[in-house]
Amino acid sequence: MGLLLWLALGSAHAQWTVNMAPGVTDVSRSVFDLHMTIFWICVVIGVIVFGAMFWSMIMHRRSTGQKPAHFHESTTVEILWTVVPLAILVMMAIPATKTLIEIYDTSESELDIQVTGYQWKWHYKYLGQDVEFFSNLTTPRSQINNREAKGEHYLLEVDEPLVVPVGTKVRFLITAADVIHSWWVPALAVKKDAIPGFINESWTRIEEPGIYRGQCTELCGKDHGFMPVVVEAKSKEDFDAWLAERKAAAAAERELTSKEWTMEELMARGEKAYVTACAACHQPTGEGLPPMFPALKGSAIAKGPAEGHIDIVYNGKPGTSMAAFGKQLSPVDLAAIITYERNAWGNNVGDMVTPKDILDFSKAQE
Amino acid sequence: MSAVIDHGHTDHHHGPAKGLMRWVLTTNHKDIGTMYLWFSFCMFLLGGSMAMVIRAELFQPGLQIVQPEFFNQMTTMHGLIMVFGAVMPAFVGLANWMIPLMIGAPDMALPRMNNFSFWLLPAAFGLLISTLFMEGGGPNFGWTFYAPLSTTYGPESTTFFIFAIHLMGISSIMGAINVVATILNLRAPGMTLMKMPLFVWTWLITAFLLIAVMPVLAGCVTMMLMDIHFGTSFFNAAGGGDPVLFQHVFWFFGHPEVYIMILPAFGAVSSIIPAFARKPLFGYTSMVYATGAIAFLSFIVWAHHMFTVGIPLTGELFFMYATMLIAVPTGVKVFNWASTMWQGSMTFEAPMLFSVAFVILFTIGGFSGLMLAIAPADFQYHDTYFVVAHFHYVLVPGAIFGIFASAYYWLPKWTGHMYDETLAKLHFWMSFIGMNLAFFPMHFVGLAGMPRRIPDYNMMFANFNMVSSIGAFMFGATQLLFLFIVIKCIRGGKPAPAKPWDGAEGLEWTVPSPAPYHTFSTPPEVK
Repeated sequence: MGLLLWLALGSAHAQWTVNMAPGVTDVSRSVFDLHMTIFWICVVIGVIVFGAMFWSMIMHRRSTGQKPAHFHESTTVEILWTVVPLAILVMMAIPATKTLIEIYDTSESELDIQVTGYQWKWHYKYLGQDVEFFSNLTTPRSQINNREAKGEHYLLEVDEPLVVPVGTKVRFLITAADVIHSWWVPALAVKKDAIPGFINESWTRIEEPGIYRGQCTELCGKDHGFMPVVVEAKSKEDFDAWLAERKAAAAAERELTSKEWTMEELMARGEKAYVTACAACHQPTGEGLPPMFPALKGSAIAKGPAEGHIDIVYNGKPGTSMAAFGKQLSPVDLAAIITYERNAWGNNVGDMVTPKDILDFSKAQE
Repeated sequence: MSAVIDHGHTDHHHGPAKGLMRWVLTTNHKDIGTMYLWFSFCMFLLGGSMAMVIRAELFQPGLQIVQPEFFNQMTTMHGLIMVFGAVMPAFVGLANWMIPLMIGAPDMALPRMNNFSFWLLPAAFGLLISTLFMEGGGPNFGWTFYAPLSTTYGPESTTFFIFAIHLMGISSIMGAINVVATILNLRAPGMTLMKMPLFVWTWLITAFLLIAVMPVLAGCVTMMLMDIHFGTSFFNAAGGGDPVLFQHVFWFFGHPEVYIMILPAFGAVSSIIPAFARKPLFGYTSMVYATGAIAFLSFIVWAHHMFTVGIPLTGELFFMYATMLIAVPTGVKVFNWASTMWQGSMTFEAPMLFSVAFVILFTIGGFSGLMLAIAPADFQYHDTYFVVAHFHYVLVPGAIFGIFASAYYWLPKWTGHMYDETLAKLHFWMSFIGMNLAFFPMHFVGLAGMPRRIPDYNMMFANFNMVSSIGAFMFGATQLLFLFIVIKCIRGGKPAPAKPWDGAEGLEWTVPSPAPYHTFSTPPEVK
């Protein structure tokens, strides 16, 4: 029915895509081939069975004076239509097994990246490279709430894509920090659940530079639909340059910790960091979505002593959705966010939490 | 055995009690069957209106009508209500009405327990639905309620959800025990197992599935309860537990559960197609064995719902092969139905229309099921709209069309009136078009990469989502027509003879229409 509609509209526009794309890796192409093979097998069986049924529905009607036959069993045909499908399935199982074995072979990787799912963003860590970052959705709320026209990559765009080199076997070590997520990039045919407390492996070798987009595919709470995966494949040279640049930036970020901060600087940085890290639950207005996500505006913790406030942000609150941000965010961002929360939305506590306070707090924890 | 229905009254030819208490206290299989069917239809409309909310939000990209947290409650409750509230009670209702009539029994074997299993349901669903009005909202973790989203991260109402599931489970287990006891003990003399109508056979097997897996579900939610309230860590990795254990336990229940929702429909259709083809069912024996094979396989394929959780290669291969095997007995059934039609003398009244659509569309759902069984391809399909399309193709034209076909087939027996054939055909065609329009495009958006359970999506999925929503609205609105047809049929219409379908076979057509309050007090003789 949908197919007829599609033909009637006769449009080859991308919005009417009806099939999987072959993707950009060897594995994704083998998966696509399996998909098409099994699809055509189903089509052939469907044409035969439905053809017979429709023939019978047209020819064997009482209105055409048809007298019913009386046959009602035949061991021969029963055996035949048990054995023939079985043979087809065995034929189908062989290539499927081959592809599966290939997908499971994560050995001899040249680059290892740890992928961690958080509610509702991805964290990427280049193992042994000292480079790690979060990847957050950048589609503005105004587009989601239809106050602004939607961009081409609506809901499929992030601030920091995962950057990988082409022609390299990249191994992903996939896990999660809170609930189960699933990391999926259709063009790579990589989909693996990110499970808290466990590490799953997967791998890819991309041939062409490009940007490949996917989404979280395991329901992970409120903003499950708003945590895209974006992978940018660069040539090996570009990747090396990018990696060096990221390492330098990470060093510079650490410098910031010892810098003397003013209230205005912290508030400005805090507002930005709050929007990416906290606003999904506590809302940009600080009013939260009680009772699941309590309000920060006028909250006893935000208006109470700074230590208590640092503690809940740093360590989270076990048994609730409040994550421990101590290991997720830099001391600078933590200080800025806490300062912002204490002084925004009329909380006006007036004090300031500096990156040094955070470092002291984290030392005291150990 | 007929002593079971002795109510202790002096008047032997008594009818139903008067007033409301008739329904509260009844132990009559027909009354209880009727209540199950009405309850199921109410839940069908409620779960359906939640589907309408979902489709309205997905009509266009962007958030228009509901916010993500409420959207998640809608998808969760839609699934739970349709599975446990609409489909399962409808089949139990059909079993209550028809199994005693089909095997020549005076009533169900355990009539008081029968009453209790029904009356647990309104309590269970009252509890479940009340969570929507609680602070923090109702269940929002999908009908599969994976931990730790449903435990550590769940809303406070989760405890009510757990107790509601417990009540539904108790109700289902008691219903299943009743079916088994009735079929094994109350068959009329001469009604050997291999003479039973297939509906009775499929229900017998379904009942054993229910008895086997509902306790597993109860264990699963009990472990959740312990994790939430008593500090255990069954599903919490931080305490030494395993979130994947939840999925193994859930799907060990969940996969047989999907066959629980389809096997009785197989049985009903196996009675209806021969009736309207005026030709005996082809391959009765192989149908029975195929049903048994499907039931057995349903226990060893659960991890195909979990191909992406990282089970080891050998496990992955085992579950892929086992899952592909299901296509064999299912194929046998489809071939048998097609052969039953072959060279028959067919007419296409509403029960036959729904049954033929059942065979064709269920087979399409079976094809996508076969595709999903191929583990490497499943990595692309898993948790996308392709899966949503697949299970709606097996559940809507499968289970639901099977129920509609049964309802039209037996309405004359239940009410004593013929239903309005013209309106019923309209109901069929509107449902058929609406349902295909709603669910076929979901294959396309799924293959194009749209994950399931998201309230908003990129514009590349926009067109087919709009088509889906229009189809869903059409399908939903059409069901009000069904309500109208049923009420019209109860209130009046052409009087139905004892056997309104000339090709129909079976003991249920030997009693008058409407079936008297007590039937087969003296068992019939089956040759």
